[in-house]
Amino acid sequence: MSSHTFDVTRRDFLVQGAAGGALVLGWSASAPAQAAAAGTEINLWVVVQPDERCVVRIARSEMGQGTLTGLAQLVAEELECDWALVGTEQVSPHANHAAQRAWGEMGTGGSRGIRTSHDTVRRGGAAARMLLLQAAANEWKVPVAELRVDSGVITHAASGRRTTYGQMAPAAAKLPAPDAKSIVLKNPKTWKVAGQPKKRLDTADKLDGSKVYAIDVRLPDQLYAAIKACPVWGGKLVAYEAIAISGRRGVKAVVRVNERTVAVVADTWWRAKTALEALPVTWDDGEAAGVDSAGIRRRLEEGLGADNAFADRSEGDALGAIAGAARKVEAVYATPFLAHATMEPMNCTARITADKAECWVATQNGEAAHAALAESSGLPLAACEVHRLDLGGGFGRRGGLQDYVRQAVAIAKNFPGTPVQMIWSREEDQAQDSYRPVSMCKLTGGLDAQGRLVGLHVRVSGQSINAYVAPQAAQGGKDRRQLQGFWKEPGDAQLGYTVPNLLVEYAMRNTHVPVGPWRGVNTNQNGVYMECFIDELARAAGADPLAFRRQLMSNHPKHLAVLNAAADKAGWGTPLPAGRHRGIAQFMGYGSYSAAVAEVSVSQGGELKVHRMVLALDCGHAVNPEQIAAQVEGSVAYGLSAALYGEISITKGRASELNFHTYPVLRLAEMPKVETVIVPTYDFWGGVGEPTICVVTPSVLNAVHAAIGRPVRSLPLKHVKLV
Amino acid sequence: MPKLNVNGQLRDVDAESDTPLLWVLREQLGMTGTKYGCGVAQCGACSVHINGEVRRSCSVPLASLAEADRVVTIEGLSKNRSHPVQLAWGQVDVPQCGYCQSGQLMAAAALLAKNPQPSDADIDAAMTNICRCGTYQRIRAAVHVAAAIGRPAKS
Repeated sequence: MSSHTFDVTRRDFLVQGAAGGALVLGWSASAPAQAAAAGTEINLWVVVQPDERCVVRIARSEMGQGTLTGLAQLVAEELECDWALVGTEQVSPHANHAAQRAWGEMGTGGSRGIRTSHDTVRRGGAAARMLLLQAAANEWKVPVAELRVDSGVITHAASGRRTTYGQMAPAAAKLPAPDAKSIVLKNPKTWKVAGQPKKRLDTADKLDGSKVYAIDVRLPDQLYAAIKACPVWGGKLVAYEAIAISGRRGVKAVVRVNERTVAVVADTWWRAKTALEALPVTWDDGEAAGVDSAGIRRRLEEGLGADNAFADRSEGDALGAIAGAARKVEAVYATPFLAHATMEPMNCTARITADKAECWVATQNGEAAHAALAESSGLPLAACEVHRLDLGGGFGRRGGLQDYVRQAVAIAKNFPGTPVQMIWSREEDQAQDSYRPVSMCKLTGGLDAQGRLVGLHVRVSGQSINAYVAPQAAQGGKDRRQLQGFWKEPGDAQLGYTVPNLLVEYAMRNTHVPVGPWRGVNTNQNGVYMECFIDELARAAGADPLAFRRQLMSNHPKHLAVLNAAADKAGWGTPLPAGRHRGIAQFMGYGSYSAAVAEVSVSQGGELKVHRMVLALDCGHAVNPEQIAAQVEGSVAYGLSAALYGEISITKGRASELNFHTYPVLRLAEMPKVETVIVPTYDFWGGVGEPTICVVTPSVLNAVHAAIGRPVRSLPLKHVKLV
Repeated sequence: MPKLNVNGQLRDVDAESDTPLLWVLREQLGMTGTKYGCGVAQCGACSVHINGEVRRSCSVPLASLAEADRVVTIEGLSKNRSHPVQLAWGQVDVPQCGYCQSGQLMAAAALLAKNPQPSDADIDAAMTNICRCGTYQRIRAAVHVAAAIGRPAKS
């Protein structure tokens, strides 16, 4: 096995096109020190080396989701190079800023890595191919249309001439960029590299410990910091007794990081951490010190019945239809705060001087890290450099917030010119997360005498992510994002059912707990509410859950096709071994359609086992089916962790579950057999990393309902007696 | 100064006796392939071999180790990623973010050393490390592939 990742530490290169002219930029890839890769930049996205290797530039972050490989496939497809010779290098936020964002948006969240950059990168690959072919045509003085290229080898049939990308690169780089209108992209149905189950490009150094994550960065004279913020959000750091740890080996300083945070800096992190644990600290817990989960739940329950709520959808007369229905069904569901618990805890290494700020960080948003570095260092963006490292997990935690960058800079400012690596302990990571928000949902449905759904009222009550991270999007409680998956308009997170009388509402009930996006964001809760309740309605109507859904979905053929694909693959309706039960769910998020069928059993002792899960996904174009399957499997593990165990409970204003013994997650023995069915329709670009998580939990809960004869409406399952 | 046998080399270690092996490896010996995940022997990202047994190095204090104890880390598992588990992990394309995989590989190697042809139940019992990306299905498949590749040639 060979590594296809070429590490470039530092070199100067020419950027063409962005501003019409050419400009010289400093390039810094966040990779361990190695010799700079020689090569010729053909355009923003492609560097060709004399030995025929093609380096594809990647602006988005890789956190395990496979975007790096998928983007490289898309570029290579249009470039017509040899896939076996493709490597990648990262675009730095500093270079992107200097080039007026020539590489576009770098944020990697919301399953946008490929779906919002496919066009740009494919055009980059195609333009590079056109330049390389034009260079050969010029040299041979033949029309470019007479040339053919295959795997980076250019041939002219009439004259028998042959050359390569590596040989043509220097001449190609001198040509003007082709007219944007002349770039014609391939029909995805003719793809040879994209669309194929290619292996990841970034595996080799994950097999021998040589991959450098942000937590592994080692710079000359580096110091280490352990950190602790007031465990109650909104509380303050009052005082600490530095004298108590002053004699400890290796300890350099105690730093007041900000009004609520203290850090100890030492020559190793272990010494810093143990010194911090020994440091007497006085906190002012603040106003929220008395808040607990029970109180938060009461607040949400009040929201479920409150007179005022934001009505995002009001079609027909839902309340009237339900009141006049032959049968009324009502249920209240609840889901808790969740931590991300990435395997690599939050960390950041910063080095600050009077005129330069640098940080080495795992980030889902390089530009947000760049902005945080500039803001906290007080230096202009042009004097700030973010060295991106691949993430040891992201799941939404390492997005726009970049709180750890600000902390690391505040600490490193005390040691000008000396790099300081700040690492959160697992306990700090659990205590200072931006959590998946708590929410509840009351659903009321009306069935007519024939068992048809004539009215549906959905009232979500819970904390708003936007209110915490983007208040302008939640003014007056009108936060549509909290109703993700219930939306009317097609294309992103559309409800797949047609109900003649429908009322969908959100009652914003915020808490002092910081919240943020967590894989699948609001779809992972709204999918539970809608899809478990549809099963309750089906049972009340005496209908099969699949058949009941189908008759509501005739206006939503893509939702329906995916549901059918999952049901077919899972053998819905066929006999199961004794004691096994099936559950089904479908939902939409991030532009993609998902469905799942779960097979479970519940033992006489009440022990749940998930045996098999079939998931179907229509993400439009499928860039790498094998990596899509890996993401689907991952969504099952992440989703089941939440369904079975996931809960951050609030005690005395703070998070209670601070490590994996109190915040258990799925382990290998509990992993069901996962079968992925990809049903691409080739007419849109949908996300992959997040969509399927929204059907994992509801399909399992519906199977549990089938097994025990009653619904489970409150998560996690660890609190629910199943016998 | 205490000495530690790591990957076949005797190394001097200048650290307090209660320092966990994980931090000795990462901060004293400059070997960062072994990862910190939880610090309380829950997640297994820090798994290494001590005298052939898989151990969670975050909870092994330096003082508990003698010069005669043989510590093997991911860096010493093989030359050129040639151990069957490394070959299998590559064939099956197991890693996603990869952060936990050093520990997963060490756990798998220890399992296969004792049980060259493990059943699914054996794998379930032995492979208890946490992976948040959810690579478990591929880990299970890769352990079987590694078993088929066979034991590594003695170097």
